[in-house]
Amino acid sequence: MGLPDASEDLSSEMEVDAFRRLFPLRYFERHLSESIRPDARPLGRARDTTLALGAVASAHGSALAKIGSTTMLAAIKMEVMTPSTESPDEGSIAIDFHMPPICSPIVRPGRPAEAAPVISKQLSDTISRQVKSFLCYPFLLNSGMINLKELSLVSGKAAWMAYLDIYCLDADGALFDAALLSAVAAFSHLQIPIVSLNDDGKIELISEEDDGAKLEVEPVNKEKRKLTLSSIPFSLTCILHKNYILADPTAEEESIMETAVTVVLDSSSRLVSFYKPGGPVLAHTSAVQDCVALTRQRVKELQNILDETLSGMEID
Amino acid sequence: MESERDDGRSPSQLRPLSCARNVLHRAHGSASWSQGDTKVLAAVYGPKAGTKKNENPEKACIEVIWKPKTGQIGKQEKEFEMILKRTLQSICILTLNPNTTTSIIVQVVNDDGALLVCAINAACAALIDAGIPLKHLAVAICCCLAEGGYVILDPTKLEEQKMRGFAYLVFPNSVVSVLPKGSSRVEGEPMEHGIITSVTHGVMSVEEYLKCLERGRAASTKLSDLLRRSLQSQLPSDSSKAV
Repeated sequence: MGLPDASEDLSSEMEVDAFRRLFPLRYFERHLSESIRPDARPLGRARDTTLALGAVASAHGSALAKIGSTTMLAAIKMEVMTPSTESPDEGSIAIDFHMPPICSPIVRPGRPAEAAPVISKQLSDTISRQVKSFLCYPFLLNSGMINLKELSLVSGKAAWMAYLDIYCLDADGALFDAALLSAVAAFSHLQIPIVSLNDDGKIELISEEDDGAKLEVEPVNKEKRKLTLSSIPFSLTCILHKNYILADPTAEEESIMETAVTVVLDSSSRLVSFYKPGGPVLAHTSAVQDCVALTRQRVKELQNILDETLSGMEID
Repeated sequence: MESERDDGRSPSQLRPLSCARNVLHRAHGSASWSQGDTKVLAAVYGPKAGTKKNENPEKACIEVIWKPKTGQIGKQEKEFEMILKRTLQSICILTLNPNTTTSIIVQVVNDDGALLVCAINAACAALIDAGIPLKHLAVAICCCLAEGGYVILDPTKLEEQKMRGFAYLVFPNSVVSVLPKGSSRVEGEPMEHGIITSVTHGVMSVEEYLKCLERGRAASTKLSDLLRRSLQSQLPSDSSKAV
């Protein structure tokens, strides 16, 4: 075949764009050997990340997260439901991840994206490990970010159901990272609506207008309008290629170098997930530790971004 | 203190394994794999001509279809399908049969814990039975982290529910052939110590995860020896199928 040799010879005389398209792997490896990536980032650095809260006015909590050009819009809608008999004083969370055709040329209209249910499942594992999955692994331990007991209104009668929907607006790699960030931000922005018990013993919403002015009925959840988020999870996806570790890959990098590792750590540096679905490169202990170290740094960055965004909102 | 398990096993003892190949005569390759009461049946069809859309036609395409014991497939099964597909892609030599699709159908017969692990092992044995070219085998193991911080292997469903966290780990099997010096070692570690796939649930510290890895590696070495023996002993009967 002699293909790699051919590309070596051609690289000096071919235009950069043509070389990139014809020999993508070679093109990337040339950059990596100089410890730089085509978008001028060092290997271990993530893309610029921005976060905006309250992007959807009609939702009870929402956030727009951008990592590079990967964009995720998360919104939470709260509804009152009757809790299940097994856990009468717990609410629940339903997480759905959508990849509409606008997000990527790979997703075709009418055909759901393959990645969407997988990311959706990963998210619900990470955010509320108490959500009972289809196979019924009841993670009864309170290790999740949200204490589902806080979502309870009247034990056995009424509890909150939080519908979290995440829309991918632009899929440019590291989808899970951006989706998790937007979900976490939406939960920090969440304002639980005030409800009261009416005469029939049913829960009804109190609209914002007559809040405070004339309250003939006592609200049930006057104090509990914010969720306390304990140990917030943050994640970083890395690409393993030969001995290189590339943090926060773009879609192009993900398609060329196939071994991805997603590490999720919570704010107290515990490992929530170490996710490596196959891939031609094997992760040895040193690579595992390097990925965790990179994620530790990234968790600090993301925590700062989240704190800044939240404090910025309080000033307004 | 290491507590006794319900079924009297020691923490790093696996349940009785059994593997039978060539169990379905219409499939190109098939295997049934059971670990205790967890049992999975895998069938391989292919390589068939052509690849699906969005797949690279220059490589062989692997397609995994997960059939649960009852009901429709949900998100959980979709995730299993994806993990299985990526894991098998990494052990197959994909450049050998470009522009073909190999389908692997995984039927869950009974789930009593460590289901994904069982499915990976079954699929791997079925690929061998079908004669699909592989780089090496994938040896899957489930490590559980119990409350006291100790690691137990191959949990039953009941144990899985009581655990603080668990990790599904897949390692390559050990290579016995003579390789040029250094080629199979990466940074002082033998090739079979690298992780092909890792899926974890539940919160654990990084040290605990590394401990799981260590235990998993030790068990996978034993498992891969067992696999090698069981697959070799069945080889003569295969010649009838090759006609």
